[in-house]
Amino acid sequence: MIEASQAHPAAIEARAVTKIYRAGESRVAALDRIDLAVRAGEVVLLMGPSGSGKTTLLSVLGCILRPTSGEVYVEGRLASGLRERELARLRLSHIGFVFQSYNLFPTLRAAENVMVALDLKGVRGDAAARAARDALDMVGLSDKQNVLPEDLSGGQKQRLAIARALALGPRIVLADEPTAALDSVNGRLVISLMRDLAKSQGRAVIIVSHDNRILEFADRIVHIEDGKIAERGAALAGTPLSS
Amino acid sequence: MLPAMRLPMTGLIAVRNLLHDRMRLFVTLTGVVFSVVLIAVQSGLFVGFTTSTSCVIDNTDADVWVASKGVRNFDVTNPLKQAKYYQVLSVPGVALVKRFIVQFANWRKPAGGMESIEIVGFDAITGMGKPWNMTDGDSALLDIPDTVVFDRFYLGKLGVTGVGDHAEINDRRARIVGLTRDIRSFTTSPYVFASLRTALEYTKYKADEFTYLLVKAAPGVTPAELARAIKARVDAVDVFTSREFARATQWYWMFTTGAGMALVIAAALGLVVGGVVVAQTLYATTMDHLAEFGTLRAMGAGGPYIYKIILWQAVLSALAGYGLGISISFFVVHNAGRGGANIVLTASMAAGLFFLTLFMCTAAAMVSIHKVVRIDPAMVFKGA
Ligand SMILES: Nc1ncnc2c1ncn2[C@@H]1O[C@H](COP(=O)(O)OP(=O)(O)OP(=O)(O)O)[C@@H](O)[C@H]1O
Ligand SMILES: [Mg+2]
Repeated sequence: MIEASQAHPAAIEARAVTKIYRAGESRVAALDRIDLAVRAGEVVLLMGPSGSGKTTLLSVLGCILRPTSGEVYVEGRLASGLRERELARLRLSHIGFVFQSYNLFPTLRAAENVMVALDLKGVRGDAAARAARDALDMVGLSDKQNVLPEDLSGGQKQRLAIARALALGPRIVLADEPTAALDSVNGRLVISLMRDLAKSQGRAVIIVSHDNRILEFADRIVHIEDGKIAERGAALAGTPLSS
Repeated sequence: MLPAMRLPMTGLIAVRNLLHDRMRLFVTLTGVVFSVVLIAVQSGLFVGFTTSTSCVIDNTDADVWVASKGVRNFDVTNPLKQAKYYQVLSVPGVALVKRFIVQFANWRKPAGGMESIEIVGFDAITGMGKPWNMTDGDSALLDIPDTVVFDRFYLGKLGVTGVGDHAEINDRRARIVGLTRDIRSFTTSPYVFASLRTALEYTKYKADEFTYLLVKAAPGVTPAELARAIKARVDAVDVFTSREFARATQWYWMFTTGAGMALVIAAALGLVVGGVVVAQTLYATTMDHLAEFGTLRAMGAGGPYIYKIILWQAVLSALAGYGLGISISFFVVHNAGRGGANIVLTASMAAGLFFLTLFMCTAAAMVSIHKVVRIDPAMVFKGA
């Protein structure tokens, strides 16, 4: 079942992951024995109806949420069983997150937002300033270094969030509906940016989206329904592959 | 934001979070300032009162005080008889013994009207127990019968204008030959200094009566040793070192009368109210930025990173509030002095208050920290 791991080891992998939410008496099986492996350099689009478990899967893969059963491997390392602090370190060193609502620090300027991420990893002072500048260059925000998030457009905010996620050089990028709040032009811009960054730097990218307009950017589309993987599409014909 | 640039990232985030909501920052600082000023003034009054209760003892050059049995404070006690003078004089280790009178009396103002005063009669030859801080006239003139010296602060209360004026004490003439500054009594009755002989005339004491014996120790004898020696040989008296007597008097006035307790409670109230206000506003700020803290957690920040941000907020609030509060306090103290309140605010009290403020704000931050300890990083995916 885990065909990805034959050629290249998967950058991130879920094996028989089940997540059951318990709220009092009621139990919601949000994920039901999910298997998924994503290689470095691969862009996977995760689609499915509302409530199907996409966000839950992303949280489990991102080591933010513990699965009820099953295993998650990050760069070959088993995450299940790690303590909270070790999980935090694992996220810090391997995983970049991009959110629908950007989750920027509203009181910090653009460059400072990136520098927070760097600070977590102990990159400070001039080195941090330089790295932040580079990250902003990469997403086309060189001229917005000292701008507060509230003065950025939606697309610019999401690019800033991407710069922040990528500043630490994670091998894995997880994005939950990164284009949902964007118009189609900006949505395409953001997705193509993520794709380019995946391709040029060999990252594994998983994007949750309802957005049919971005299908063409994916190497692979995974459909999820009622917590199960419904269907696994091969890379669409005509998908621009840069490598 | 130049100063902020030198802060670590956690400090920078804290500064920005605080400045983000100016109104709330204003409330926070008001809470800290309120607390600092209230505590400074209340404890300043406490120290002021405390030192004033024992100011005559503290400024009298005696090693040991001998009083009638059962004395509880400087101001109120029964007289001693002449026999005690000779008994104390014969105790080994005694270098010098002088009688001393402290007695309430009535002051009739020149224009009519009465005020209660406290006569302090001292030995004019050695000058032990004489007034200090002279600003006008000369305490040596107290040698002349029926002359007095008191603090210029009480000129108005006693209805006179200065040196040379006359009044009556217990129906006997009194001429003012000097004035002092900063000799305030804790009771409402001003200390009025006179020679022992004059004091005896003013009070209803008999010729062989007095209030205290002031004793100086011979070289090589400590006050404590001297006090012990006197206790062993003289009966029906209480014997204190100066220090003990000052403490006993302070304790009596501050705690058996409730005056001190009232001040302590007011100061504690300042601490509690300030702490609650700061806890409230810090908590509100924390709640405002909870999403960012969740994001930090998701990104891989450990708990301590977030606690640091909250503690920075608390410490910066403390620093700003303290700076403002202590300035106001010194201003209040300075002006209250002219208005008659004796508030003492020393550098070491200010330093103590600084740490108290820091403590108050960091303790207040614990409420917020308690909240973010349980923050769930999975919240980051719950759309805004
Ligand atoms: N914290 C939670 N407690 C209980 N149930 C939850 C919790 N989070 C999600 N669920 C449930 O788990 C299921 C999957 O939710 P999830 O958020 O993963 O879906 P989704 O595919 O991301 O949906 P959407 O497209 O609306 O974002 C849903 O039925 C949801 O109600
Ligand atoms: Mg979702």
